[in-house]
Amino acid sequence: MNIKKSIDTANQEALEKMARVQPILVDIDLAINVVPGMDEKTVLHAGPPIDWGKMSGPIKGAIAGILVYEGLADSIEDGYDLAASGDIKFDPNHDHDAVGPMTGITAPHQSVFILEDPKTKARAYCTLNEGRGKVLRFGGWGDDVLKRLNWMKDVLAPTMKKAIIHSKGIDIKAIISESLHMGDEAHNRNRSGTYLFLSELTPHLLDTTDSKVVKEVFQFIKDNADIFHLNLSMPHSKLIADAARDIEYCSLMVAMARNGTDIGIQVSGLGRSWFTSPATMVDGLYFPGYSTADACPDLGDSTISEVIGIGGFAMAASPAIVSFVGGAATDAVSRTERMYEITEGISKSFTIPILNFRGTPTGVDIRRVVELNETPLINTGIAHKDAGVGQIGAGLTAAPIEMFQDALRAFGKKFLS
Amino acid sequence: MTKKIDKLVKDGPLVINIGLRSFFEASKTQGIPVVHIKWEPPARGNRELLHLLDKLL
Repeated sequence: MNIKKSIDTANQEALEKMARVQPILVDIDLAINVVPGMDEKTVLHAGPPIDWGKMSGPIKGAIAGILVYEGLADSIEDGYDLAASGDIKFDPNHDHDAVGPMTGITAPHQSVFILEDPKTKARAYCTLNEGRGKVLRFGGWGDDVLKRLNWMKDVLAPTMKKAIIHSKGIDIKAIISESLHMGDEAHNRNRSGTYLFLSELTPHLLDTTDSKVVKEVFQFIKDNADIFHLNLSMPHSKLIADAARDIEYCSLMVAMARNGTDIGIQVSGLGRSWFTSPATMVDGLYFPGYSTADACPDLGDSTISEVIGIGGFAMAASPAIVSFVGGAATDAVSRTERMYEITEGISKSFTIPILNFRGTPTGVDIRRVVELNETPLINTGIAHKDAGVGQIGAGLTAAPIEMFQDALRAFGKKFLS
Repeated sequence: MTKKIDKLVKDGPLVINIGLRSFFEASKTQGIPVVHIKWEPPARGNRELLHLLDKLL
């Protein structure tokens, strides 16, 4: 078989494997109990690997803060000292079957959603969403942030855990599929997904927990409806993307993630190698009082959404998103249409009403990206460049071309020699 | 032909711009009806990458 045929066959196999995954929310537990390779002195972060010295302000601040939460540091200053001492191991979420939005911090005693594919028993993990504004995942810190994290561990997670187990599993793919018909693109707009999730969860909350606590949990999820479901959408996408990993000759991207310093991609046929470029700045809308000068470069594992064909690739399903990330409603349609040029397939699960229910563009082929100089579109939140502040806006950016060119060179070196 | 030239001078051009976006922006600024078609050389004209793509795509 010639190499072009081998690549086409491998890419089709990847798309079929991705389509078969059915991510089900099955449980919540502490990361140390379930995340592979997690221990008391490990903190996971978003994006490709990075040393402490090169980390962006929000990631450093979130790590220092989480070390206080973990009881390993007495103050945020101690947290910085401990992080710089070399005693804490830092690893990308993606190396531990996990993902995390923005700084993506996952620490041993944070609770994580557990999503599982019933057929393969493969799993993916993600922390619970704190809401917007001054929150740890954007590098925000303060007593209020710590108090919220502890409430999430002590009240939110145990309450949801009982309900999820009682439900015998919640189908997250079905929720996202439906939410795209209700105005979400499932990256920056998750409002419909959250409401659909709440409607699945609430009967089980009422069956398993005192109504006063149920009300508290319901209110928290409802108050953060625009973003809460992202932390379910992301591990759902991770589980789907991971099904396409390690297929010989496959030229499809299986991960794209940013750490505020670098952005990196992984390619199915090239194993665990990261191909990186400097992270880009995000062109967007800022909260009052902030501007581009305050922004950290692009950040987070949430681009796993675009890897499987939702988020920026499904913007045509979400004209309302432009009020949050900028642009005109017609831009949302043209942005999705551009992505069909660089993808191998069309999703059978995620469809777009305004495009006559056409499936979303799915499976980014690095060959097409390099040929057309058209890179994946990303819509994303914007963190303040300094630790302690949190989210200051949201907007759009495009992945840089250079890392795709490097990946193509490596692909050629491996499969043409 | 003369009639066509007369019409062009009288009505102004209708422009299809292929490639450089700055030409599109300039026409638009002058009020000339224009549509833009995004085009650039494959792989930005990089010979090494074109050679690779020729074998892989």
